[in-house]
Amino acid sequence: MPTFGRPVQEKSLSEINERIRDGSARVVTAEEMPDIVDELGPAEAVREVDVVTTGTFGAMCSSGVFLNLGHSDPPIKIGRAFLNRVEAYGGIAAVDLFLGATQPSEDRGIEYGGAHVMEDLVSGKQIEVDAFGVGTDCYPQTELETCLRLDDFNQAVMVNPRNAYQRYNAATNTSDRTMHTYMGTLLPRVGNIHYSGAGVLSPLSNDPNFDYIGVGTRIFLAGAQGYIMGTGTQHNPQSGFSTLMVTGDMKKMSSRFLRAATFHKYGPSLYLGIGIPIPILNEKLARSTAVRDRDITVPIVDYGIPRRDRPSLKAVSYEDLKSGIIELSGKEVATSSLSSFLMAREVAAMLKQQVEKGEFAITCPVEPLSRLGSSRPMKQTKESPNVGDVMSCDVVTVREDIGVDEAARLIVSGSFDHLPVISKDGRLIGIITTWDISKAVAGGKPSCIGEIMTRRVYSIRADEPIEIAARTFDVHSISAMPVVDRDNKVIGMITSNHLSRLLARRR
Amino acid sequence: MKLMLHVSPGIVRYPLIASVILETEALVNIERASIDAVSGEIVLEVPAEKCPEVKAAFEKRGVRVVPLEIPVVRDENECVHCGACVSICPTRTFRFEDWRVMADSGRCIQCGACVIGCPQRALKLVLK
Repeated sequence: MPTFGRPVQEKSLSEINERIRDGSARVVTAEEMPDIVDELGPAEAVREVDVVTTGTFGAMCSSGVFLNLGHSDPPIKIGRAFLNRVEAYGGIAAVDLFLGATQPSEDRGIEYGGAHVMEDLVSGKQIEVDAFGVGTDCYPQTELETCLRLDDFNQAVMVNPRNAYQRYNAATNTSDRTMHTYMGTLLPRVGNIHYSGAGVLSPLSNDPNFDYIGVGTRIFLAGAQGYIMGTGTQHNPQSGFSTLMVTGDMKKMSSRFLRAATFHKYGPSLYLGIGIPIPILNEKLARSTAVRDRDITVPIVDYGIPRRDRPSLKAVSYEDLKSGIIELSGKEVATSSLSSFLMAREVAAMLKQQVEKGEFAITCPVEPLSRLGSSRPMKQTKESPNVGDVMSCDVVTVREDIGVDEAARLIVSGSFDHLPVISKDGRLIGIITTWDISKAVAGGKPSCIGEIMTRRVYSIRADEPIEIAARTFDVHSISAMPVVDRDNKVIGMITSNHLSRLLARRR
Repeated sequence: MKLMLHVSPGIVRYPLIASVILETEALVNIERASIDAVSGEIVLEVPAEKCPEVKAAFEKRGVRVVPLEIPVVRDENECVHCGACVSICPTRTFRFEDWRVMADSGRCIQCGACVIGCPQRALKLVLK
């Protein structure tokens, strides 16, 4: 490609590997690179720097390991298997299993899962294996128990369908209850903001156009040398959310960079350290590895809305997120991360050291990663009803100044145990139940229902799926709630009876 | 300085805090209280110079008093310094220092939000 005025600075991969071998390569981390490029300019930076190391350390749910147990005598064709009571997928060859990171255990629930089995194996612990087979002429055994350590497996190959997200949506919660999510504890009424990702050190943010990173790139994977298999699931480079599918030998991994985790009321996950060395082959790579926290932006997404398309409240940079405070709708909100920047730094530093010592050669990718991806919503062929399809419309509402006896009469003559209470302009402000009335009568003194109604009333919209109503009933132990429109005006009632009728009809 | 009071069944109905305030004239602040029909757990902020006196006054009334010197117990082998505890803490006990999570003593009220919020299960309340 001709450029006028000056030649484009370039360098070959073999030149760089030559320097790595003789110990003269100049290696810096992605945190050091921006200042170097600012000072020297991209062309001089290509001459100066050979490799930029990146790193990330965070929850990577889409991870797992293929295990080969070796054949027993008599042989067994394993259909179902449990490792420390965590089920592993056996629907492949006789003694091959796939253990997924987020699979909870049968006995300890989410406090121990697939990720914990992996951490135990990598830490050298012994695990209990219970395997069940169908029994065939060639594999007569139907059941066995054994205890294995990582060394006892023929192979333990980590294969992770989606790791090392280029960047990740930050999370907050506008609802009025604390939510426990895979983005951690989100306090009610925008009480905090959680984020994930290493920003300036993020491997894919340092090469977003895949000028180097590709199929076959050698990477740092939890302390071992692993490889990029290709693009990860939900890879979506068009919108800046690229992902990687990676593999590596678990037997060579270190428990420092492979940590089992549990998100409260969500489930197990695996924290992994991943680093990619990026050779500075040309000015384009010098420029892309000069990315800073302030250049990488993400939306703050409202996890208070339990739907796929959660509203995003504001776009912020990793620099904003890392500052610890973000202003959101006139309020200062505390931010904190779920991924560890300290550990991401350690990954990048360790990788830098390995390259400098000549222990980590840079591979030439077999093929670049695809610049097109897909992260479309699910095609759902079976329509699930919305609240509006099953609710009752003949709802009686009352004002808060009516007497308790009148409310009692209305409940007796109507079809619900609940009366939504509305303001003068028709907006929902509370709810009154038969229990509230009984309690009031037993107590013997209230005059109007405004004094005894529940003001913290849960409601739902007609266009929301019934699953959301069922979850709200379950979480708050309630049996009915008003259905409201955009202006919070009551248009119907949905009760647990509506939902059970629906179930009965389906069966 | 924070003191944690464990109030046993026999005395939970007695106005303990009020009587201790009258006796010691200490300006105490009730930071957390969970009291049911049979027992109670209360965290008080007490000026440092009044601490021994207030502690003795409660103990005289049969209350078990534990000074909260260490905020929470952290298993250093488990902690990865992610920060999941930082923004969920109501009293801002945790903060980053060069991306290492540090805990300040004297702020924790033993609410336990960080214990369940820690993905690595690295945190424990002092008294549990």
